[in-house]
Amino acid sequence: MTSMTSTTAPPAVPARGRRRGGIRLAGRLTQRWLPFVLLVGVWEAVTRATASPFFPPPSEIVAATGDLWLSGPAHRLFLTDLAMDNLLPSLGRMLLALAGSAVVGIGVGIALGRSERVFAYLNPILQFSRAVPPPTLVPVFIVLFELGTQMQVASIIFSAIWPILLNTADGARSVTPLQMDTAEVFRLSAVDRIRYIIIPSALPKIFAGLRLALSLSLILMVFSELLPGTSNGIGFQLTDAQSRSDMPAMWSVIVLLGVLGYLLNTILLAVEHRVLDRRRPARTNGKVGA
Amino acid sequence: MLEIKDLTHTYADGHVAVRDVNLTVANGELVSIVGPSGCGKSTLLRCIAGLIRPAEGQVILDGRPADGVPEGLAVVFQDYSRSLLPWLSVRDNVALPLKRRGMSKAQRREAATEALESVGLAAAGGKYPWQLSGGMQQRVSIARALAYRPSLLLMDEPFGSVDAQTREDLEDLTLQVRGGNDMTILLVTHDIDESVYVGDRVVVLGASPGHVRADLPVDLPGPRDQISTRELPEFVRLRAEVGRLVRGVTETTATAAK
Repeated sequence: MTSMTSTTAPPAVPARGRRRGGIRLAGRLTQRWLPFVLLVGVWEAVTRATASPFFPPPSEIVAATGDLWLSGPAHRLFLTDLAMDNLLPSLGRMLLALAGSAVVGIGVGIALGRSERVFAYLNPILQFSRAVPPPTLVPVFIVLFELGTQMQVASIIFSAIWPILLNTADGARSVTPLQMDTAEVFRLSAVDRIRYIIIPSALPKIFAGLRLALSLSLILMVFSELLPGTSNGIGFQLTDAQSRSDMPAMWSVIVLLGVLGYLLNTILLAVEHRVLDRRRPARTNGKVGA
Repeated sequence: MLEIKDLTHTYADGHVAVRDVNLTVANGELVSIVGPSGCGKSTLLRCIAGLIRPAEGQVILDGRPADGVPEGLAVVFQDYSRSLLPWLSVRDNVALPLKRRGMSKAQRREAATEALESVGLAAAGGKYPWQLSGGMQQRVSIARALAYRPSLLLMDEPFGSVDAQTREDLEDLTLQVRGGNDMTILLVTHDIDESVYVGDRVVVLGASPGHVRADLPVDLPGPRDQISTRELPEFVRLRAEVGRLVRGVTETTATAAK
């Protein structure tokens, strides 16, 4: 796997080209963030002019965010006690649910994609379950599971599992038949077929499913924390701030959720590129077999 | 010994691909199977490989009727780019089938390296298949088959997707690896010259449905050479005869052969 770099790495970029690349990168960054900066500027101006108590200016929200969440000690990445007590449990539940969705979703997805019989048996049930909006099932989960973490994790899983499952099934179904013939001829075991052929084939689709699942799990994470039986979490802080009519605190939760979603998605994209890029012809200079 | 007895295969849509094929191949023999397109060459090969269960008839390998994929069988497919796994390095592609052979990781690696050496790709083990040219990728497929140490090697139009020069190199490679290993080879091709150049025997299939039209021994001296072998009067005669049979011209030579 490592030797690939030696064959596909582009020749060292001369200093001048690199500088020009740096300028281009800066230009692209400006282009990307300019509308955002403008929007925040307009928002600031309008909120300052109207001075509505419900719409604090962004500068105030940012100050509140820093104050509430990010003014802790440096060795804790500046996280405050509030952040430690709410951010971490929320993230923990979300990641646990996401991991559970991935394991079950990929497992069932492969069975569904590779076996016509499994597909025939399970498809109606899946299509039905998928069509039920997950929040409507939360009352059911409250009865079924213990209030708090169990119920919250169950709610997230029920929402996040579908895109993973259905995408995996789709990916597993579209394995190149000749690769399966090759596995058959060389008598590969079922485990090896899954590990070396089916999962790698389905991986781009699996990642597409994971990205959808990530944003869904963030939504359900917040939603499940708005319900009774919650004593901590980002969603809990949102309702808490609202009940105290602390508008900057409420807005700071919303900003925090936005940042969190952006960060998590960026991390997932980075992992995806790392995993998928090393087996594809590089876009720029890869030599594709004739 | 490979025996094919009264093999008939009908696809689900009623199309009869091959009918009553009988063929016996001795151990260590290299038999070319040639025929016009649509004569059921690939169907026949897939039946032997156990990828399709024939509607009627039997494939008997070393006295045992084959059920499913026989042990000790390897296949080199025409479409190397789809048969090799793009996410595994060349060496891992070659080593993967050896997992079933109860070999340790180190042994598998060693066997893969050795097989890659024998096809002239010693330096390519760490690369990915898509970094290699078409001919080199097909060499990797051949190395994968060799590392597996099959007693029966099936080659399904293995050189159909490479240029003429590479094709000749790969033909010679096939003859060379066959010399060093004790295996039976069935090579399906639509190239008449190739069938005569490579084979100990040429089996000509007729079309719709596929059937054995002729079975001709190739009496050419070895080692074969791309230039001098192709000049021999016997080569020229055989090529013409196979050509007539493939094109469906039933002249005196063809009737004599059946």
